[in-house]
Amino acid sequence: MAVQKHEVVPIESSSDIVLIRQKVRGWATELRFTLVDQTKMITAASELARNTLEHGGGGKVLFEAISNGTRNGLRLTFEDQGPGIPDIEQALRDGFTTKNGLGLGLSGSRRLVNEFEIASKVGAGTKIVVTRWK
Amino acid sequence: MERIPILRMGNFLLVTIQVDMHDKLAMTLQDDLTKAIADFDSRGVLIDISTLEIVDSFIGRMLANIAAMSRVLDAETVLVGMQPAVAITLVELGMSLPGVRTALNVESGMELLQESVGSFHMSMNDGSAET
Amino acid sequence: MTRLPEIIQKYESEILADWMKEQLAAVRRRDLMNDVELREQCTALLRELARATVGGGVDTNSPAFETIRKMLSDISASRARQGFTPTETAVFVFSLKQPLVTRIRKEIGNDTVALFDELWNSNLLIDKLGLFTSEAYVKSREQIIARQQEEMLELSTPVVKLWDGILALPLIGTLDSARTQVVMESLLNAIVATNSRVAIIDITGVPTVDTLVAQHLLKTITAARLMGAECIISGVRPQIAQTIVHLGINLSDIITKSKLADAFALALQRSGRTVVKAGLQEQKPNANGQLVEENASRGVKG
Repeated sequence: MAVQKHEVVPIESSSDIVLIRQKVRGWATELRFTLVDQTKMITAASELARNTLEHGGGGKVLFEAISNGTRNGLRLTFEDQGPGIPDIEQALRDGFTTKNGLGLGLSGSRRLVNEFEIASKVGAGTKIVVTRWK
Repeated sequence: MERIPILRMGNFLLVTIQVDMHDKLAMTLQDDLTKAIADFDSRGVLIDISTLEIVDSFIGRMLANIAAMSRVLDAETVLVGMQPAVAITLVELGMSLPGVRTALNVESGMELLQESVGSFHMSMNDGSAET
Repeated sequence: MTRLPEIIQKYESEILADWMKEQLAAVRRRDLMNDVELREQCTALLRELARATVGGGVDTNSPAFETIRKMLSDISASRARQGFTPTETAVFVFSLKQPLVTRIRKEIGNDTVALFDELWNSNLLIDKLGLFTSEAYVKSREQIIARQQEEMLELSTPVVKLWDGILALPLIGTLDSARTQVVMESLLNAIVATNSRVAIIDITGVPTVDTLVAQHLLKTITAARLMGAECIISGVRPQIAQTIVHLGINLSDIITKSKLADAFALALQRSGRTVVKAGLQEQKPNANGQLVEENASRGVKG
């Protein structure tokens, strides 16, 4: 997997979420994503950035323009050193019926991207990697 | 502090959301709108999102909340102009905004509001002083 | 260190001539091959090869070979587009072996060790470049196929305007995930473009409806509703109705009609229109409020 470009953006306030949305738009446009794909990726990033801020207590996101030989893609890695997620399975299963905001962003974002990986340790933090291919 | 302007058109309120709102701005809008409905005794709220390119779960919930709160205050809410890419993404996210009425554009939205609200007021208007 | 650079440079015109001859012999589609263009390509490649082998030896992955890789990719892509076969394209590179080997023998001749080394070098080099060219050819063919598939998808999802503000989307054939995305987008974009409040999705031509297809349809309908348009599903055959019930798919929020005609009539009604029969004498008030007789307008009022 070749990484052509990368950038780290901090997630410390709600205006960072807006900034990240704009950045994803920029990167996705450069990678020539279709409008729908762009919208999906930006929305997923917004959800995950908000999760990082509100449940992770703040963190950062790594932007990477990647290529696997035939296709180009955008990979975002959200990381925080927050409380972590005790039951990932459940967090991913919960739809919008729960009041617990955590489930909403995760399960939804998973459907908006092509690849979704999550690792979390209680007391240590959470790391989520999402990828969208052109 | 920046706020999203709310226009008053007779019995209705019109809000055009153009900027990419950060969370605080969205919450402020929610508060401002509910206050305005009460202050002006509005019967309808039209929210124009035809230039809004991203609606995530936070904004989606805000819109649903506005519709619910308005209803409690006896006002109808109509959401107009959602872009196709936004609609597709919202559905994929799992939000279908069931309690929110929608229309293609401001014109159809106003028609919808008139239909559901206007007739009520026509029958109330017996020539006495405007409330 | 390889002696290829100097050998190539010394015998450039001879190698070029032989190489051209070999290629023209191998390619069947003479009409596709432009001699002048071919000579230019070969000359450029030969010179670049001489340069690359100085720095990079026979390591075709090294940065020294970047220009050659780009040249070969471009040539492969254009050959793929023009309709050359994979072999004809690969021959472009492989046919360089004979001319090169001949000159190597001539130059090194009696020194068997050096001769063997240099022959092996050139063999390795040409093989690698030939393989690279084939890969590039396959890649561009795949891109062409992908593009054609996309075009076919677009053609098979026509959105039709039935009336002012009423669209119809006749679906034909099986609905897979990729196709449904395209279909969804076309319909939603058409709704905005034509300001249509009603969209009739006709599934008469869809052989089976499974859970996945139903899900896709439901998503499209929900998205349309969010935008302010209403969808009616028509063309529901008895078998499909059975399948839907069996699968437990909930279509209670959606209007379905078995016939497109019924769906159209409903759509007209919901957009506030009525259909009036032609030729009736109707009494209508004119500008002064007097009732006058006039021919009722034909067709749809509203």
